[in-house]
Amino acid sequence: MIDGYNFAYLDEQTKRMIRRAILKAVAIPGYQVPFGSREMPLPYGWGTGGIQVTASIIGSDDVLKVIDQGADDTTNAVSIRRFFARTANVATTTRTAEATIIQTRHRIPETQLNAGQIIVFQVPIPEPLRWLEPRESETRQMHAYADYAVMHVKLYEDIARYGHIATSYDYPVIVNGRYLMRPSPIPKFDNPKMDMNPALMLFGAGREKRIYAVPPYTSVKSLDFEDHPFAIEKWDTSCALCGATDSFLDEVIIDDHGGKMFVCSDSDHCATRCDQDEHNTQETAP
Amino acid sequence: MNAISKLAAHDAPLLTVRGLAKYFGNRAACRNVSFDLWPGEVLAIVGESGAGKTTLLRSLCGDKAPDEGKVLFTRRDGSICDVYGIPEPERRILTRTDWGIIHQNPRDGLRYGVSAGANVGERLMAVGARNYAEIRKSAASWLDRLEIDVARMDELPFTFSGGMQQRLQIARNLVTQPRLVFMDEPTGGLDVSVQAKLLDLLRSLVSELGLAAILVTHDLAVARLLADRLMVMRGGEAVELGLTDQVLDDPQHPYTQLLVSSVLQI
Repeated sequence: MIDGYNFAYLDEQTKRMIRRAILKAVAIPGYQVPFGSREMPLPYGWGTGGIQVTASIIGSDDVLKVIDQGADDTTNAVSIRRFFARTANVATTTRTAEATIIQTRHRIPETQLNAGQIIVFQVPIPEPLRWLEPRESETRQMHAYADYAVMHVKLYEDIARYGHIATSYDYPVIVNGRYLMRPSPIPKFDNPKMDMNPALMLFGAGREKRIYAVPPYTSVKSLDFEDHPFAIEKWDTSCALCGATDSFLDEVIIDDHGGKMFVCSDSDHCATRCDQDEHNTQETAP
Repeated sequence: MNAISKLAAHDAPLLTVRGLAKYFGNRAACRNVSFDLWPGEVLAIVGESGAGKTTLLRSLCGDKAPDEGKVLFTRRDGSICDVYGIPEPERRILTRTDWGIIHQNPRDGLRYGVSAGANVGERLMAVGARNYAEIRKSAASWLDRLEIDVARMDELPFTFSGGMQQRLQIARNLVTQPRLVFMDEPTGGLDVSVQAKLLDLLRSLVSELGLAAILVTHDLAVARLLADRLMVMRGGEAVELGLTDQVLDDPQHPYTQLLVSSVLQI
């Protein structure tokens, strides 16, 4: 642990303030709680909200996993993981099942989360109604009165233009039958995972100074129309590395001639499956 | 039986206004306004600019709370509600089901970022419609009724002409079949021939649907065409209120006499 900094970088008063916001957020699922966001040693948009939430809940016996776009080895994930390894001296892991806190950007891991785990989302824009209603005073009233018709107008517009609901990430959800929530830019593939999830989900937006939460076992419903029901992405192919057919696939361009392959976006999920395969082939080999 | 209950419904005024006043600082924009509006009746509010017409309309339609007085509305079930006494969510529901508000400038009443069909469908979605095909069908039928080409349903409102935008705004308001429509200079800013067509359309819609309407205008000809009764305002007060033809043919108040005599003849 580096000298001259408090445990997990933030001072204790700040952490208490953030924890109070988190408690309120958990008490009112999906409601955006304002908090005094601090300057962090990384730029806005790189996870200042998520990192503050993580810093305020992490303890010395926690095991941290950080993913960015599902992968453990991307720049953002590596930096934030190392940040907490240095400032809080916590154990880190890439295994979803071993982690107690998972900070994420753009994905929810494929491995089913368990009770007791906390997943922290980095949120760029917390307000789901922002692009439809620019006035903050008005969006607050709309939340207060659960006046969310305009969100369906957006989905209507999608169908009118593209023939289907073309929103594919940051897909709006209703939490606990009450608050409209932006699930941060995760693909809509991950939306069903939030419904009745046993893990606690915390969302932190640093620039916009908002924290919101989905407590364990809370209903999370994606908005849709009766005749255009919510559906997740599907691929014609399986992961080129592990052969998974049930995970979110990234399209990777591999040469200059249009060659491409599809691989799991969740690097831990993919690696675990590859290891198992190898293990099985070794066992069956003579 | 049906006729009797209909009669009974007509026994109560749709909107009752008593002693309404709205101040900006210590200046009264309108004061001491009282009237009853009956179901299916069109009331025009006329007067020079600055007379408090629009302020009065905004105080009536739930937009700006008045400083004094009461606005009572009779709901579909016959119960009477105090428009500013009910909680805001209830008032919001009222304004998008039983009421329609047509702004002078379609920019204030339309969403320019979404298609014409979505504009009309918004109110349906606000009251809980969740079937895309049905929303679209009823949006299309209302666009058709207001003489907007259904083929242009998926186009954005700013590609429409001024008259079409105004008709789109009306369609958007009528889709939930309101019983009371507030109109603020609905024909302002349109050229004369488009104005005539829109007035014709409004007149037939009002009689067909049995709409009650409060119409703010400075154009006496518009008032004569559409309104059953006329209220003349000056300096924030209603100086004369009566049947349209009566007021226009035999104005009593000096200001009304001036107003009637200053209409240009061709």
